[in-house]
Amino acid sequence: MTDSIVLKLNGLSKHFGPVIANDNVSLTLNKGEVLALLGENGAGKTTLMNMLFGHYLPDAGSIEVADEGGVLRPLPLGHPQVALASGVGMVHQHFTLAENISALDNITLGSEPLLSLRRNRRAARRRIEGIMAQSGLSAPLDTPVGRLSVGERQRVEILKALYRNARILVLDEPTAVLTPQEADTLFENIRLMTDEGLSVIFISHKLREVLAFSDRIAVLRHGRKVGEMATSEADEKSIAQMMVGAETPELAGSYLTPGDPVLTMSGVSVAGRSKRDTLTAIDLTVHAHEILGIAGVSGNGQSGLANVIAGLVRPEQGLIKVDGVEIASPTPAKMVRAGVGRIPEDRHHEGIVGAMSVAENMVIERLKDPEVQSYGLLRREDIQDNAERLSKAYDVRGPGVDAPARLLSGGNIQKLILARVFDLSPRLILANQPTRGLDMGAAAEVGKRLLNARARGAGVVLISEDLDELLSLADRIVVIRDGELHEAPGRDREQIGLMMAGEPA
Amino acid sequence: MIRIELRQTQSRAFTLGVPILSAVIALGFAAIPLLAAGANPIAAYAEMFRGVFGSVFAFSEVLTRATPLIFTGLAAALAFRAKLWNIGAEGQLYLGAMAAVAIGSGVLDITGILLLPLIVLMGAAAGAAGMVAPTYLKTRFGADEVVTTLLLNFIILIFVQMMLEGPLQDPMGLGWPQSAPVLDQGMLPPLMERMRVHSGLVLALILAGLAQFMLARSVWGFKLRAVGENAAAARHAGINVNRSLFGVAILSGGLAGLAGVSEVAGLKGYLTADLSPGFGYTGIVVAMLAGLSPVGVVIAALFIASVFVGADSMSRAMGVSSFLADLVVSVSLLCVLVGGFVARYRIVRASTARAVS
Amino acid sequence: MMDILNILLSESFWAASLRIATPLIFGVLGALICERAGVLNLGIEGIFVVGAMCGWMAVWLGAGLWGGVLVAALAGAFFGLLHAILTVPLGLSQHVSGLGITLFATSVSYYTYRTALPNVSSPPRIEPFQPLDLPVLSDLPFLGSVLFQQTALTWLALLLVALVWYVLNRTALGVAIKAVGDNPDSVDAQGLSVYGLRIGAIVVGSALMALGGAFLTMSAFDAFFFGMVNGRGWVCIALVIFASWRPGKALLGALLFGAFDALQVRLQTEVGALVPGQVFLMVPYVLSIIALVIAARSADYPRALLTPWFKGQR
Repeated sequence: MTDSIVLKLNGLSKHFGPVIANDNVSLTLNKGEVLALLGENGAGKTTLMNMLFGHYLPDAGSIEVADEGGVLRPLPLGHPQVALASGVGMVHQHFTLAENISALDNITLGSEPLLSLRRNRRAARRRIEGIMAQSGLSAPLDTPVGRLSVGERQRVEILKALYRNARILVLDEPTAVLTPQEADTLFENIRLMTDEGLSVIFISHKLREVLAFSDRIAVLRHGRKVGEMATSEADEKSIAQMMVGAETPELAGSYLTPGDPVLTMSGVSVAGRSKRDTLTAIDLTVHAHEILGIAGVSGNGQSGLANVIAGLVRPEQGLIKVDGVEIASPTPAKMVRAGVGRIPEDRHHEGIVGAMSVAENMVIERLKDPEVQSYGLLRREDIQDNAERLSKAYDVRGPGVDAPARLLSGGNIQKLILARVFDLSPRLILANQPTRGLDMGAAAEVGKRLLNARARGAGVVLISEDLDELLSLADRIVVIRDGELHEAPGRDREQIGLMMAGEPA
Repeated sequence: MIRIELRQTQSRAFTLGVPILSAVIALGFAAIPLLAAGANPIAAYAEMFRGVFGSVFAFSEVLTRATPLIFTGLAAALAFRAKLWNIGAEGQLYLGAMAAVAIGSGVLDITGILLLPLIVLMGAAAGAAGMVAPTYLKTRFGADEVVTTLLLNFIILIFVQMMLEGPLQDPMGLGWPQSAPVLDQGMLPPLMERMRVHSGLVLALILAGLAQFMLARSVWGFKLRAVGENAAAARHAGINVNRSLFGVAILSGGLAGLAGVSEVAGLKGYLTADLSPGFGYTGIVVAMLAGLSPVGVVIAALFIASVFVGADSMSRAMGVSSFLADLVVSVSLLCVLVGGFVARYRIVRASTARAVS
Repeated sequence: MMDILNILLSESFWAASLRIATPLIFGVLGALICERAGVLNLGIEGIFVVGAMCGWMAVWLGAGLWGGVLVAALAGAFFGLLHAILTVPLGLSQHVSGLGITLFATSVSYYTYRTALPNVSSPPRIEPFQPLDLPVLSDLPFLGSVLFQQTALTWLALLLVALVWYVLNRTALGVAIKAVGDNPDSVDAQGLSVYGLRIGAIVVGSALMALGGAFLTMSAFDAFFFGMVNGRGWVCIALVIFASWRPGKALLGALLFGAFDALQVRLQTEVGALVPGQVFLMVPYVLSIIALVIAARSADYPRALLTPWFKGQR
């Protein structure tokens, strides 16, 4: 490994409206190095990399990239094409793959002259196969990408960058969609590539993998760089402090004796359109005073499970009981009436109607309630009062209860949903990725509310991809894989990881 | 570098200003085709103005012309609010008109004061029926309602021609493809003497007011807005999206049907296959100009009716084709679209120099 | 039954089918290109009218037949560009913009026609395209005489089917168009211009739509009439879905449609006494709806269809 600098970010700043995403961030990257960019969700990691790649135009600052001879040259900003040509490749968190064309086509897209009537696919294929052999990354080249697994798609993304002669590779949360074991393989491949002279920035909020696989760590918080050190000198505790700022609030609740079952599912099957919403004859019981954690690699049936409990999908087979009462052909309205509170995975898409007011969103699940309407007409004052009360109780901040809900920040949208759900004192709470994308404070608030509900006697189904969150909140953990549930025998992280991957535990 | 950013808030001035400005621009644009036709634009505008405000009769003609447009405008506005793209108001209008003459021309033995309410109800029902099938095909099979409603317009128009040469043909009509006239008891009473403006206008205004109220204040309106703005969230919250869609489909089709009733039983007295010069399609423009607000529909319908009436009289006086009105109407739709963009987004000029330094 | 069989075996029937299908082939291909890039173009009906009017008028003014074809294509491209600007960089509703283009293009055509010919009751006629006699091909049994009756524009339509298929499946441009209709980010991340690809596709697609219109006035008939397009554009929008956005299937869909239409005309003369003629006139539209319903559920929609994409927002 040499120490020649291949990339310099100089004082980059970026704001979106009133929100400061990056404030005067400077970074350097050396040849053959793995630099971990560590930070909480919303710390500005992705924004920083999007500026590097030309997707965002910085408000201030500059970027220098080494050319093939190793000489640093200023990078014109705001042009992905130029960034690509300068050897910067980026693998986004949400893959930027077209699913209706093959991996080969995705990889060569944009590297051939558009107006030529012929393509040289054979040469392209030879080159890709060479890169695959060298990096250890492999993926089927001729299948439409829509039919590839998540891991394969990620490898196609990396191959795309390498095919473009990337000398600097940025990986945005590459392990979020992988099992711990798949992640290990990925890091081995990265090692292989850095040995060949590739430099890698990988973005993560997972302390463990950062410590295990990087050469150097830079920590971002609230858009600022708050620390930088060689991994060999890094101290887990102090980095965690840097990331989070204040002490992490202690969440885990005290032991409570589980009560009667509030949710019983037996033999429930859903034939979904894809693996992510398919369930195969699952049995599940959640008791009062209990938080049941659902662990699993994303896309293994979590959506299917959530959809059934939320009432969005009618299972083909099986029985669902809430509080001992069977729910025949469930609908969302029936589930709400039975006492199920639902916190949806995608709060913008399913949680709120952005164009309607905060107050209206707070009553959208209880339109039959005489407090909300009489004779089919909305009781506007009561709706208003309800919103004022809930905003205060749940600390929903924003431009007011009459403003469109889309104007709220992500954290406040989640608080709006929490207010709507918890105010009805549900017997069962379905929380699907409830802290995703929230800052530490808001995430802690969600955890506290769930624990309070548990103390009150509710049962909770907590679906999360964050194993740490599950380990700190859940009384019991069940692993979901290929639409089947497997009870985790204990709280051993390694073992749960293996179960997620489908290896014999 | 130019970027586009979503505006955080939308000012009221914009909401009102955009349609008005669009109308003005569209009218101004008309100078180009006027010049191309060799007419003096200023004289033409003056002639149009006279044709609209020159006399009580002239203005009453605007009101007459606006009446079906309010109905079809409401039909489009309500459906579009729920993101149900009913482009079939033209066909539904004819269904309503057919029902009106079928019941009102004495084929059925109903007379007396019951006849008019029955005509109105059945006309609305017929229009609604025309919207049920596309909505069913959409919710059941995922068939795009834009295409089905558009194609239905052609099917229904052919059906009308068939009826007018068959069962509905006026036996006294000397073989012309037209229906027997609606009986006097079945006619919507005129509002002013020696003018063509009729009480269909009153019905249209009442329905516009009612729609405005229900949209803002009722649970039904709440659900409709939620379904239109974010169907996934509405469904998740327990709103029966399909039921809402069918509800608004029936209302939308019914309103379009009433446009047909109003033209037949308020104005023409009988049905021909050229009853509507595209009121259904123009209703879409009305709804868009109105920002999908029912009260706005009334104002937009008055504007567009003025354009048509003014252009007609200008055309007679100056020999310029009255297709000018269609041009103005279509340009105003495109303008209001762009205006909606300007109102929702702002174009930010980011100085590249600052970013690089 | 015998009658139907006789009709189906006659050369004139298949020649008529192909003739009826020709404008639809142009239209479906045009709509297919737009939608493959992720943009619905409901301007098609109006662009048909513009193509029909401009092509015919150019010939009438002395531009020659191929000059007329070129003028029609350019006029279609112009209205396509308008739709593209509204829906791609501005990201406005593709439904409303498309309908707006249809109304605008139709009224421009009608106004221009009326202004150029203020006082005519029947429009002046032009000398339309004549059937093309190609050596060897025309001598083929059956097929030869079906094809022999077609004009150069039909040949052009068939050629375009092959060309569009080739571009979509065998060239880098085609891959990029398919990708931009599936996931614009995939194209953007590789440094290609989403806006450029989409605008280009809409402009080219709209030019093809206009050729469909031009066929009506320059080959099928010899003059321009009000209402002559008569929903053909909308039929194309339904056929694209039926064709699953594939050029080969688009040709098949258009031919099937043409065949049914040709059949109904012939059946009308056979059994016209029993059923009112209008029933037959409805058949094409009913068929389109049926085709749409059959295909809708299983249709492999371009995933990004109707979804605007903005640079720097992901």
